[in-house]
Amino acid sequence: MKPEELLFAKTHEWVSVADEGGAKIATLGISAYAIEALTDLVYIDLPEVGKQVEAGQPFCEVESVKAVSDIYSPVDGEVAAVNGSLPDSLETLNSDPYNAGWIAKIKIANDAGLSDLFDHAAYQKQCGEEAS
Amino acid sequence: MKNTNDTQLIFELSQPGRRAARLPGCDVPERALDELLPAEAIATGPPALPEVSEPAVVRHFVNLSTQNMSVDTHFYPLGSCTMKYNPKRNERAAAMPAMADLHPYQPEETLQGMLEMLFHLQEYLQEISGLPACSLQPAAGAHGELAALLVAAAYFRDNGEVRTKVLVPDNAHGTNPASATMARFDAVSVRTTVSGFVDMDDLAAKLDEEVAVFMITNPSTLGLFEPNMQKIADAVHAVGGLIYLDGANMNAILGVSRPGDFGADMQHYNPHKTFSGPHGGGGPGAGPICLTEKLAPYLPAPIVCETGKRFSLDYDRPKSIGRVRAFFGNVGVLLRAYAYIRTHGPDGLRRVSENAVLNANYVLSRVKHILPVPQGNRCMHEFVASASELKREKNISAMDIAKRLLDYGYHAPTVYFPLTVPEAMMIEPTETESKETLDAFAEVLFRITEEDPELLHESPHTTAVSRPDEVRAARQPVLSYHAQ
Amino acid sequence: MPYLYNTPEDQKAMLEAIGVESIEELFAPIPRELKLARPLELPAALSEMELDRHMRELAAGNAHAGEKVCFLGGGSYDHFVPAVVDTVASRSEFYTSYTPYQAEASQGNLQVVFEYQSLITRLTGMDVSNASLYDGASAAAEAILMAINATRRTGKVIVPASLHPEYRATIATYLENLDVELVTLDTPTGIVDADSLAAVVDDTTAAVVLQQPNFFGCVEDATSIARVAKEAGALTISVFDPISLGILTRPGDYGANIAVAEGHTLGTPMSYGGPFLGIMACDQALVRRMPGRIAGETVDRRGNRCFVLTLQTREQHIRREKATSNVCTNQGLFALRATVYLSQLGPQGLRETANLCLQKSRYAAEELCQSDRFSLAFDQPTFKEFVVRDAENQVDQLLKGALDQGFLAGVPLGQWYPELADCFLVAVTEKRTKQEIDRLVQTLSAECRPEQVCAVPARRSG
Repeated sequence: MKPEELLFAKTHEWVSVADEGGAKIATLGISAYAIEALTDLVYIDLPEVGKQVEAGQPFCEVESVKAVSDIYSPVDGEVAAVNGSLPDSLETLNSDPYNAGWIAKIKIANDAGLSDLFDHAAYQKQCGEEAS
Repeated sequence: MKNTNDTQLIFELSQPGRRAARLPGCDVPERALDELLPAEAIATGPPALPEVSEPAVVRHFVNLSTQNMSVDTHFYPLGSCTMKYNPKRNERAAAMPAMADLHPYQPEETLQGMLEMLFHLQEYLQEISGLPACSLQPAAGAHGELAALLVAAAYFRDNGEVRTKVLVPDNAHGTNPASATMARFDAVSVRTTVSGFVDMDDLAAKLDEEVAVFMITNPSTLGLFEPNMQKIADAVHAVGGLIYLDGANMNAILGVSRPGDFGADMQHYNPHKTFSGPHGGGGPGAGPICLTEKLAPYLPAPIVCETGKRFSLDYDRPKSIGRVRAFFGNVGVLLRAYAYIRTHGPDGLRRVSENAVLNANYVLSRVKHILPVPQGNRCMHEFVASASELKREKNISAMDIAKRLLDYGYHAPTVYFPLTVPEAMMIEPTETESKETLDAFAEVLFRITEEDPELLHESPHTTAVSRPDEVRAARQPVLSYHAQ
Repeated sequence: MPYLYNTPEDQKAMLEAIGVESIEELFAPIPRELKLARPLELPAALSEMELDRHMRELAAGNAHAGEKVCFLGGGSYDHFVPAVVDTVASRSEFYTSYTPYQAEASQGNLQVVFEYQSLITRLTGMDVSNASLYDGASAAAEAILMAINATRRTGKVIVPASLHPEYRATIATYLENLDVELVTLDTPTGIVDADSLAAVVDDTTAAVVLQQPNFFGCVEDATSIARVAKEAGALTISVFDPISLGILTRPGDYGANIAVAEGHTLGTPMSYGGPFLGIMACDQALVRRMPGRIAGETVDRRGNRCFVLTLQTREQHIRREKATSNVCTNQGLFALRATVYLSQLGPQGLRETANLCLQKSRYAAEELCQSDRFSLAFDQPTFKEFVVRDAENQVDQLLKGALDQGFLAGVPLGQWYPELADCFLVAVTEKRTKQEIDRLVQTLSAECRPEQVCAVPARRSG
């Protein structure tokens, strides 16, 4: 995926929504900007498949040496899959954040939260403001 | 001079069959292990410990010691840690067999000297804090926080009140919110202003009858006395809450101002800071707590009592929260605190704080032109300078200065804490340093800021190792030795 | 004044540089009404010589293990401390340094912690050790909190009555505000009965705690306890005696998931109960739930091996209210002492130490029970302690009489176990000689005939 095809949350997650096998699935990761800002990531605590998530609530964590960052779900739903190869290859987050660096797929129960997301241009504007 | 052979890991110095310790033979009739123990309880062989000679043990650890900075070898202005001189007379007192070789379950009549000392220490700590009850049991400052918050929980439960929140300023030490969670309260963060003081509007917004405790560090982590202390205490008390004073910075106010007099209901001491206990490379500490009369019934048991001239342990405290550890407390640390207080007396303790504050302000006055102090030109016992100007203008960070200081033979200040100050350098010189030391330190700080930034980025250059790869350590944790 | 070195001239120059007239002015930020208007009511200052005399006078009010032969146990023991431990630990660079925030200037401390962790994992057979906690009891309480978080079970925690009563009290305090039931399993035979345990453990049980050897000195069937716990999906927490691991099976070998201990016996004197050393080791899978500091190996910029504090995101200074624990520091000086002690003893030394404890304590138990008056309260194998029942039910008088004869003879158990009010706990370490044991046996067997009237010493309760 190209970033231009994705939606972004204020809290720096990216989301793409697709129909997979009749279910509406949100695939989610964190933006290149956030990965850069977090500096060297050392650990990701992936959620369990089947975990119920709520829009706007943290459901997993990434860690650098001296910081912990929550990852928030933009939708209500259930974790349908996680990227099990990530914990052993965290550099993927840097090299390919929007494809191989996906974190989790969430089976959407309520997608109302999607309306709060930005497109890439608006998200970049937000990042620019944060950095200044 | 550097001996790298003997500072390999102790396991790498091991030779099968070599041994340091020789034990006496067994002087009672010896029986086979399988006669004495069930087969499944007997280990298959001796534990896999290193096999080394006694001289090798000594040389290994003594050489390792030389890779540390310490108060006895270097100026150690590590903010919030109060790295003052550790009096040797206290060490001698603590090492006396009649203090060190006492079993915790000896009968009280064989412990009268120890109990007398502990009883008086309780009294001294109460007097210094202005709070009339004391427990010496907690093992560290954070442990004292937990004990006191459990006391608060017990007090409210006993009064039939349901209070779920503990308020903590956002620049507080991390132990405060962590202790609140351990005592099963919800930690709620209260904003601080750019000056480092409690944001009174935010406090007002968060203060309600669900608040059990407001935890405050005063003087604060920024080395400032909270100007609204009285108002804060009144507001918290008005909703029925309690004030907890994190006593980390007591070194600034001994004999000058007492927490009990400025509204605190509870406090802990860090006797390893304020009362000169050696820090031991990271412990032991102790965390005695003092609190008000109404909270006294809930203190951990036992406490020391005096009846006539006899000292005893009072376990009969039906409302007590119970124990937070086994045995009496970190007596060795408490003993040094006792000796320190007796050495100083009332006037001496006040002068400790006066000189701690004088020294900190002096260093501040010497360095502020190169390292501005965003919170102003005065402080109590410590101050937080910012390297953000240097970072912007010369690409010299607080970390660079900290690392380069090591090359000049100074321990670094605390850096990047609190997070509310960018490029923070928290400097606490303590009262036991002389003006010459402070002058030399200020000179070196100045000299470093004039150095080539590239040289600083690569510093330290003279320590046993250069900057470690912390990312690698956290990504692929190697937490114990495994033979190659 | 001691430890203050600014001369009046220095003070004047410093005040000038600051731009104030007096030190008092520096305290202006403290409102007048919050200042103490009188001197503290404390005794007057003592010079070094006076302090020395005063501390000696206080010490004279104590009877220590050098004058009274110590047979006391119950979690603190009179083990031998080799001189090298004192020599190393009295190096200023160790005892006057602090937590290694600047790794480059703390490699001595960091390597010692790494070696300590390595020694503890080898000793216990566990995967990982932290840098130490406050003491054995608080380490046990922390282990239970870990187990509750790891299993996400909040129904029960099971502790046997054979676990140290002060450890149980500490655990109860830590769990007070949690909705977890602390179940105490009776141990009338002196050890945990695996079937009784199986009857209370269930799928809401977060942890089963065992002490090996237990508070009564008895050797538990640890393998069966761990099996019962595991079958129910609960974690096994072992409270072990480090010295015993010279001979006894390691916690990791019998299936403990978390192993904790009071480690003062590894080279630190009894010091009236503290400061001590809380040892904690656990399964690899639990490492991110561990409280306290952990050192790890890495390389520096020149590629040389070095050591740092690591996995710090667990800790309070980063994760604040979400931290695994509020623990900040470790017990660095005693982790150092344990490291030197274990290095000095080596595998054979620790095994011989453990064997001497075992042989001598069993000899003492048998000799004591030659008297009709005394019997062992529990018919179980023991390691270095045992519970003696006094047929005359005069424990306090008996121990008082022995004290007058120069013995700290035992710990009365009635204070914690009403059903054992006629019992006391005797510990025999490697330091006790046959002669001392024989004299103790003689003294106790001859003590306190019914016609003698003995003063009753003050009792602990609760």
